[in-house]
Amino acid sequence: MNEMKKAVISVLGTDRKGIIAQVSRILYENDANILDISQTIVSGLFSMILIADISSEACSFDALKTELDALSDRISVQIRIQRSEIFEAMHQI
Amino acid sequence: MHMINTSEILETLQMIDHQKLDVRTITMGVSLFNCVTDDEKKLCNNVYDRITRQAERLVQVGRDIEREIGVPIVNKRISVTPAALITGAIKNPVKVAKALDDAAKATGVDFIGGYSALVHKAMTEADRRLIESIPEALSVTDFLCSSVNVGSTRAGINMDAVRLMGEAVKHTALATADNGGLGCAKLVVFCNAVEDNPFMAGAFYGPGEGDCAVSVGVSGPGVVKVALEKVKDAPFDEVAETIKRTAFQITRVGQLVAREASRRLGVPFGIVDLSLAPTPAVGDSVAAILEEMGLEVCGAHGTTAALALLNDAVKKGGVMASSHVGGLSGAFIPVSEDIGMIQAAQRGALSLEKLEAMTCVCSVGLDMIAIPGDTPAETIAAIIADEAAIGMVNNKTTAVRVIPAPGKVVGDNVEFGGLLGHAPVIPVRPFSAEPFIRRGGRIPAPLHSLRN
Repeated sequence: MNEMKKAVISVLGTDRKGIIAQVSRILYENDANILDISQTIVSGLFSMILIADISSEACSFDALKTELDALSDRISVQIRIQRSEIFEAMHQI
Repeated sequence: MHMINTSEILETLQMIDHQKLDVRTITMGVSLFNCVTDDEKKLCNNVYDRITRQAERLVQVGRDIEREIGVPIVNKRISVTPAALITGAIKNPVKVAKALDDAAKATGVDFIGGYSALVHKAMTEADRRLIESIPEALSVTDFLCSSVNVGSTRAGINMDAVRLMGEAVKHTALATADNGGLGCAKLVVFCNAVEDNPFMAGAFYGPGEGDCAVSVGVSGPGVVKVALEKVKDAPFDEVAETIKRTAFQITRVGQLVAREASRRLGVPFGIVDLSLAPTPAVGDSVAAILEEMGLEVCGAHGTTAALALLNDAVKKGGVMASSHVGGLSGAFIPVSEDIGMIQAAQRGALSLEKLEAMTCVCSVGLDMIAIPGDTPAETIAAIIADEAAIGMVNNKTTAVRVIPAPGKVVGDNVEFGGLLGHAPVIPVRPFSAEPFIRRGGRIPAPLHSLRN
């Protein structure tokens, strides 16, 4: 069985132009496929949760994380990538 | 399978960011039986090689899992076969203590446990040599932890060992006086010790275990505390349900980490230990959970009942979340490692007697308690005997990890640093138990040990 490997990318910080564009470009360039995306802005605070398929052989978790960490530093918003198993473990029986 | 939703993701992120959700430890148990020889130097080399080879990737794998799931894994540790069981044919077990410590340094783990002896019924010569060497062993090593099992429900209490351990604790404090008696923070005296405990300082890898296994100890008192804030003034039924639900979630994280570590290291999965382990950080306190239930301060009347509920609900919630539960599995109440307990002790709300009562209903026992430096060895032995009696009669693990801080008196503060925290020195009873301890022999096993 070849189960899909998924990652959850959460983005939190002050709203500014191009956050979604930059995050999704990194995902695209690393051959990750966006499965679900939800985004809100509450009193100027930008919050986005993105679920991506990272099963592709060309997609490396570590490479993705390195690029997202660099972006996080550059645009001063918190960007985090985690394997989806942690959320599934905690919220599914 | 349903797609995880945003609110569930945010809940988990909150737990990690603000409620100190973490996995306390991945502990690799390594059997040392195949190292045995009567050649001292060869034994040490065998031990060092065996551990460094088996645990070579432990720290790296721990870091990898931490990075990928985004939950801190605070410690990586090794537990080994009780050293007394492999040093029977050599003269000086301290040599092995150093080899263990060197192996810990080479693998980069935070602690190595198993400078231990199991003497609940009687002592071999090797057991005695090891016990007598503990003060030296803990003063010439940095990461080594030691534990001795002096009693069990099945065997009773070995009062000769209790007396020796009173002296061992006292001498360890003196041998490590430059560091406030820090050696005693790495020395546990057990009754009913378990063979698969991943938590320090009491971890060893029992003789009933296999060649190697990885176990995980969870944490997360902060998460339980915040969950209880949402059921203020609700009856206890609801409190218990809330704790169970939260414990389930925390334990699932532990199970995930254990399964991943087992797979990546190619080593069998041992157990998940359901213990709620506090740290000295704000928001990571077991005492704060008890206070959230409606107590002015931990130590107030009602504390034992609150802890009993907490301990039971943690187990009920956790047990379904893991395929194998073991270790100590319960709430820990180490005084110096819990900011709420430290504050309660400073306020005078927490006495040794109240702590003793609390150990009847929770995991383990009198833990990380600083007592006056001039406390006689016999009084420490008597404290150990009392605690062992609680464990023996109630069929549970109990332990004593007290620090008779050299030169310190009641009210002074002792600093251990890091996860070990700091503690105010609290009073012990000034009355002598010296003739009681001098008797020696064995306290017979209780009637209910005959269960066959």
